Amino acid sequence: MSDSDRVKAKPPSEAETLLHRAEAEAEKDPFAGVDFAELELSLYRPRTLFSIILSWLVTGMTLLALIPLFAVLWMLIWRGGRKLGLALFTQLPPAPLEQGGGFGNAIVGTLIMVGIATLITVPLGVLTGVFLAQAGASKLAGAVRFSAKVLTGFPSILAGVFAYGAIVLATGGYSAIAGAVALSILMLPTIILTSESAIAMVPAKMKEASIGLGATGTQTVWMVLLPTAMPGILTGVMLAIARAAGETAPLLFTALFSNYWLASNGRIDLMQPTASLAVLIYNFSGMPFKNQVELAWAAALVLVALVLITNLIGQSFSRQQVNQ
Amino acid sequence: MTSVPGTTRLEDEAAWHVGQTWQPPSKAQRWIDVLFRRLCVGFAALTIVLIALLVFEIAVKAIPAFREHGLSFLYQATWDPNKGTYGILPEIWGTLYTSLLALFFGSAFGIAAAVFLSEGYLGEAVFKILKNFNLHFHPFWGKLPDRLEVLLKNLIELLAAVPSVVYGLWGLFVVIPLIRPGCNWLHAQFGWFPLFSTDLSGPGILPAVFVLSIMILPTITAISRDALISVPPKLRMAAYGLGATRWETILGVLLPTASRGIFGGVVLAFGRALGETMALAMLVGNANRLTVSLFSPANTLAALLANSFPEAGAKEIPVLMYAALVLLAITLVVNMFGALVLERAAAKSEAK
Amino acid sequence: MFIKRFAIVTLLVAVSVSLIACSGSKGNFVKLQGAGASFPAPLYLKWFKTYSSAHPNIQVDYQSVGSGSGVKSFMDKTVDFAASDAAMKPEDMAKVEGGVQLLPMTAGSIVLAYNLKDVPNLRLPREAYAGIFDGKVTKWSDPLIAKANPGVKLPDLPINVIVRADSSGTTFVFTKHLAAISPEFQKAIGVNNMPNWPVGTRSKGNEGVTASILTTPGSIGYIEYGYAHSQNLPTATLENKSGNYVAASTASAEAALASAQMPTDLVAWVSDPEGQDAYPIVTFTWMILYKKYDNKDKLDALKGLVTYGLTDGQKESESLGYVPLPPPVVAQVKAAADAL
Repeated sequence: MSDSDRVKAKPPSEAETLLHRAEAEAEKDPFAGVDFAELELSLYRPRTLFSIILSWLVTGMTLLALIPLFAVLWMLIWRGGRKLGLALFTQLPPAPLEQGGGFGNAIVGTLIMVGIATLITVPLGVLTGVFLAQAGASKLAGAVRFSAKVLTGFPSILAGVFAYGAIVLATGGYSAIAGAVALSILMLPTIILTSESAIAMVPAKMKEASIGLGATGTQTVWMVLLPTAMPGILTGVMLAIARAAGETAPLLFTALFSNYWLASNGRIDLMQPTASLAVLIYNFSGMPFKNQVELAWAAALVLVALVLITNLIGQSFSRQQVNQ
Repeated sequence: MTSVPGTTRLEDEAAWHVGQTWQPPSKAQRWIDVLFRRLCVGFAALTIVLIALLVFEIAVKAIPAFREHGLSFLYQATWDPNKGTYGILPEIWGTLYTSLLALFFGSAFGIAAAVFLSEGYLGEAVFKILKNFNLHFHPFWGKLPDRLEVLLKNLIELLAAVPSVVYGLWGLFVVIPLIRPGCNWLHAQFGWFPLFSTDLSGPGILPAVFVLSIMILPTITAISRDALISVPPKLRMAAYGLGATRWETILGVLLPTASRGIFGGVVLAFGRALGETMALAMLVGNANRLTVSLFSPANTLAALLANSFPEAGAKEIPVLMYAALVLLAITLVVNMFGALVLERAAAKSEAK
Repeated sequence: MFIKRFAIVTLLVAVSVSLIACSGSKGNFVKLQGAGASFPAPLYLKWFKTYSSAHPNIQVDYQSVGSGSGVKSFMDKTVDFAASDAAMKPEDMAKVEGGVQLLPMTAGSIVLAYNLKDVPNLRLPREAYAGIFDGKVTKWSDPLIAKANPGVKLPDLPINVIVRADSSGTTFVFTKHLAAISPEFQKAIGVNNMPNWPVGTRSKGNEGVTASILTTPGSIGYIEYGYAHSQNLPTATLENKSGNYVAASTASAEAALASAQMPTDLVAWVSDPEGQDAYPIVTFTWMILYKKYDNKDKLDALKGLVTYGLTDGQKESESLGYVPLPPPVVAQVKAAADAL
C-alpha cells in the first residue's frame, strides 16, 4: 500500500506523460479526420455500380434457372406423390385397370444397367482422359478427342439401334447387358472430355514437383493428378450417370422391359429383358389409365431421388483436401 | 507438411507403402509404369475403334439410301414414305436452329449460375445474416453457408437427373398452355417480325428451345463452375490487390482463364442438344417445314429418327441411317467451327 | 482410402441387389417374350398378367415398341411372338423360315375426338371428316359440317387438326378407311403408317394426340377409343356406309366386325363396314407366332395363352375399350392355334 502511494506521490516522468497522452488519444476515435470515401462501396462510382448490377443480374438469372426445377419437381409431386410408399419398391408393375402395384423391378433394373454401364465407361473414359491430358498434342490424341466430340451429338436412339445389332442379334435376345452397352455409348464422351479437362486443369507445378521427386508417370497420375482432379472427374461421371438413368430410347431396343423381377430360378439373369425406370415412365405415362399414369410420375420422382443420392455418395468420396 | 506437394496426409502415408518416391523407382514400379501407360494408350485406341465401328455400321446401312437419293436428300424438303421421296432440309435447319438457340440461352443462364456458385454469393449472404445474430461461429449454424452452397450446387445438377420423357410431358402439359397466350399476343401485335410470324397452336420451336435449354443448363453450369473454381486463387487475389472490383476480376481474369473449361462444357451441352430425342419428339411439332418463326412447329433430325424408327420397315431404315450420318456430320462441322473460333480468340488474347 | 471405401460400397450394393433380386420362382420355368403394337398393349398386358398369376411357372412379357419394330424383332428371332395392327406383309412373312401364323386376338375402334366447348354432340358426314384430314375443310363453320348439325352453333374458328408424328398402326388403319371412302384422299395421301399429312400439328403417340386435343381449343384428332373414353373427350358421331350416324361403342364396333369375312390366312380388313349400326372405323389386331417352335414348353405355354385370350380374355376387352371378337372368328382362330 505504502509502495503505490509512494509511486503516486512521485511526479510523472516525461515518458509516462507521453504514454498517458498517447493512451488518451487512442481512446478517442483513432481514424478521426480520415476521408473514407475511397474505401466504401459507393453507388456513384461507375465501376462499382457496374459490378453491383451484374451481381444482381447473375443472382436473378440463377433464380430463374432454378424455377423450372422446382416447377418440374412440383408437378411430379403433385401428380405422383400420392403413390409414394414402400409398395413402390417391393411390388411389380400393375396391369391396366389394376389398382396399386409398384415398380421394384424397374428400380433394380435401372441400378444394375446404369451400374454396369458406369463400370464399363469410368475406367475406359478416365484413363483415356489421362492419356489425352498427358499426350495432348500427338496425332492419336487428336483423333481420340475429335471422335469423342463427334460422339457427343450421337442421338440416343441410335445407340440403342447399334447395341441391338451388336449384342441383341449376336446373343439372340434382349438383355440387361445390351442395355448397359447402349447406355455406355452415351456416357463415354462426357466422361472422356470432362476427365481430360479436369486433369489438364491441375497446375503444372504439382506434376513437375512429383516428377522431380522421382515418381514414375504412373505414380504421378495415381497420387497427384487423379486425386486433385477428382472433383472435376466426378462431376463428369455424375452428369453421365444422370443422363444415362433418364434415357429411354436406347433401352427400348436393347433391354426392352419386363414385368417381373430380374431373377429366375433363384439367381440373377442378366441376359433377359430388364425393366427400367425410364422405360416404365415412358410406357405408363402414355397409357389411358389413371393408376399407371400416377405410377409414372412417382417413378420419375424416385429416379430423380436415386440420382441425387448417387451424387451425394460420390461427393462424399471426393472429400479430398488439397494443399495448393 | 507432406513430402509430395498436392497430396494429403493419407496419401503421404500411402506413399510410404506404395512406393518410396524419394528414391529412384524400383523395377516393379517401372514395370507398372510401362504397363499403365500402355493401358491408357490401349483404352484411347479402343475409344477410336468404338466410334469408328459406330460410324461404320451406320454408314454401311445407309449406303442403299445414298445410292438411291444421293445428295438431293440434303436439300429436298418433302418427307413422304408413301411416294418414296425423302428430303431432310427442314430437319437440318430445325436441328441447327433449335440447338443454337437453346445453346445461347442455356449458356447465358448456365454460365451465370456457374459464376453465382463459384463466387459464393449465397454463402456470403447467409454469413451476413448469421453475423447479425452473432451465430457465424456457432458449431451448427456456422456451417450453414457451406451447406447451403453445396445444396444449391446439387439442386442445379438435379436438373440433369430428370428424364427426358418427363421434360417432354412437362412441356406439353405446363409450358405450352402457359406461354400460348403471351405468344399469340406477340403474334397479333408484331406479326410482321419474322420471328413471330405464326401463332402458337401447340408444340413448336419455342417450347422445344425452352425445355432444351433447361436440359443442357446443368451440364454447362457444373463444368463451368469446376473450371472457375480451379482458377488459382493467386490470380483472383492479385486482381483484387490491383483494385479491381468483383466483376472486373470475373470478366477480365476469371472467365478468360477458365474459358477452356467453359468451352468444353459448352461443346458437351451442344452435343446433347443436337442428339436430344425424346423431349423434342414430343415438343417440336414434327412438321416438315422451313421456318424462322419461333412459334411454328418444326422438326429435328433426332426427333425424326425417334418418330420413324419404331415402325420403320426395311425400306425406310437406310434412309433413316443416312439422316443419322448427316446428324453426326453436323456435330462434327459445328465442333470444328467452334474450335476454330476458340483458337482465333486465344491467339488474339495471347497476342495482346 | 477412397478406393477402399468405393470397394466397400460397391460390394454392399451388389449384395443388396442380389438379395432383392433373389425372389424368382423355381420349377419347369417358361419365359415368353413378345413385342409389338401399342394399340392392344393394355389388353395384352392384362391378359398376360392374369395368365402368369394363374400359372406361376410361366412368365409372359410384352413391350409395346410399335408394330414395325415388333415385326422386325420377330423376323430377327429375338422374341417369341409379336403383335401388329397392320398384320404382316407377305414378303416379310416369306423371310421367316418355318412360316408365320397370324392370329387376330382382339379388335378396336378409332374415334375422332374434338375440343369445342360449346358443342357436346358433333355429327360428321363422310365428306366432312375426309375433307378435314385432306385439308379441304378448314373451318368449323363449313357448310358440310353445318348441314349435318342443324341447330348447333358452330364457331367460326379454324379447325386445328392433330395427327400422329410417329409411324403408327393406328394411322395405317385410319388412312385405310379414309382411302376407302374418299378417292381424292387415296390419290393425294394414300394409305400409310406415316403419311405426308397436308395439315395438322403432329404429336407423338396416342397419348400425345390426346394431350394436344385436351389443351388446344378448336382441335380434332384420331385416337383409339380407350384414350377418349378415359379422358372423357367428346367424340364425333360419324356417318357410316349406310348413311346412319353412329357413335363409337362396343355394340356399334361389334356390328361393324360382324360383316367381316375372315379368310383362311386370318387377315381381314374392315375399311368400310356394311351394316346399319356399324361404326365406320374399326380394325382387328393380330398376334404373330412362328409356325414351328423348337421348345415344346414354350409352344404349350403359347397355346394356353392364346386359348385364354380367346375365351376368358375376351370378357376383359370391353372394360379396357376393346371389342370382343365375333364367335365365328374365335372358332377360326382357335383352330389355327391348335394346328401349330
